[in-house]
Amino acid sequence: MEITILVNGAERRTEDGITVGRFLERLGVRRQTAVVEHNRRILKKDDYDSVTLKERDELELVRFVGGG
Amino acid sequence: MDDSLRIGSYAFHSRLMVGTGKYENFNVMKDAIAASGAQVVTVAVRRVNLDNPDEESLLDHLDGDKVTILPNTAGCASVDEAVRVAHVAKAAGLSDLVKLEVINDSETLLPDVVATIEATKILVNDGFTVMPYTSGDPVIAGKLIDAGAASVMPFASPIGSGQGFIDFSFIRLMVKRFGGVVPIVVDAGLGVPSDAAQAMELGADAVLVNTAIARAKDPVAMARGFKLGVEAGRLGFLAGRIPRVDYARPSSPGEGVIK
Repeated sequence: MEITILVNGAERRTEDGITVGRFLERLGVRRQTAVVEHNRRILKKDDYDSVTLKERDELELVRFVGGG
Repeated sequence: MDDSLRIGSYAFHSRLMVGTGKYENFNVMKDAIAASGAQVVTVAVRRVNLDNPDEESLLDHLDGDKVTILPNTAGCASVDEAVRVAHVAKAAGLSDLVKLEVINDSETLLPDVVATIEATKILVNDGFTVMPYTSGDPVIAGKLIDAGAASVMPFASPIGSGQGFIDFSFIRLMVKRFGGVVPIVVDAGLGVPSDAAQAMELGADAVLVNTAIARAKDPVAMARGFKLGVEAGRLGFLAGRIPRVDYARPSSPGEGVIK
C-alpha cells in the first residue's frame, strides 16, 4: 500500500512501513551528511533502519551549507 | 604569553572567524580559510536539495582537525525556528556551539534582540554554547550575558554591507562594561582589514568576516589581509595606546637646537 508523506515540505508517495534508512537510499541522500527530523523529532542515525514511515509523516532532511 | 580566545569550554589562538557563504567554489573557500588562519568557521543549516541529493558536501571541504564548526541559525525569524535549527545542527555531532541569529527584517537584517534573548535562555538551558548575533546596545548585551550567552556578537554595520563601523562608540562602551566577562566578537559589516584592526584596537576579542573575504576580487589575499589586520589590531590593543590630546607635542627635544 502506498502512503503520502511530507518531505522537506513537499508531498511524496512511498510504500507503507518503509524504514527511514531505506527511504533515504531511494532518494539518493547520503545518511552521513544529512540530519533527519521525523515528525519534529531528531532521529539518531542508529534508528534510521528501525523507524518506519506511515501516512502523513513529516520528514525534514537537512545538511550544512555555506553561511556566515 | 597565552593570549588565547576562550569561548565556553573552547580555546582558540586565532581571533579571526570566517564564514563559508558566497564563495565562487569550494576550492577558493578552502584556500581562503587556510590563508585566514581561522579556527572557527561558520556554516548554515538548510534542507537537502532533493533534486540533487548527491551534490558536494560542504563538510567534505572543511578540515575538522583544524577548524571548529560554528553552525548559525541564519534564516530563522522566530524563537521556535532558531531553537529547532540549533538542535538539528547539534545533532550533526560536530559541536555544541551555535551562532544564534533571529532576524525578521529582510531589508536591514537587524537582529530581533527580544527574540534572541529568549532563544538564548532556551538554548543555554539545553546545553548549547550560545553566541548570539546582536546590536551594539550594551544593555541588550547585558541581558544576553545574564541569559548565559558565551559571547556576544555585535554588528559593525548591516550584514554584508561592507561599511565597517558606522559608529564604534558602542563597541567602546561594550568593551568597558563586559571586557573580560565574555568575548565580544564583532560580526557583520566589516569591509577591509583596517575595519578588523579597528575593532580589535577598540578591545573586541575577535571578529567574524564572511562577505568581505568571499566577495573580494582575490578572496585568498583578502583572507590573509584580515588575518594581519586582526593581529595588528590585537597587538595595538594589548600594547596600550597613547592618550589622545588636543594639541601637538614635539617628538624631538626642544633644547639644544642650533640658533
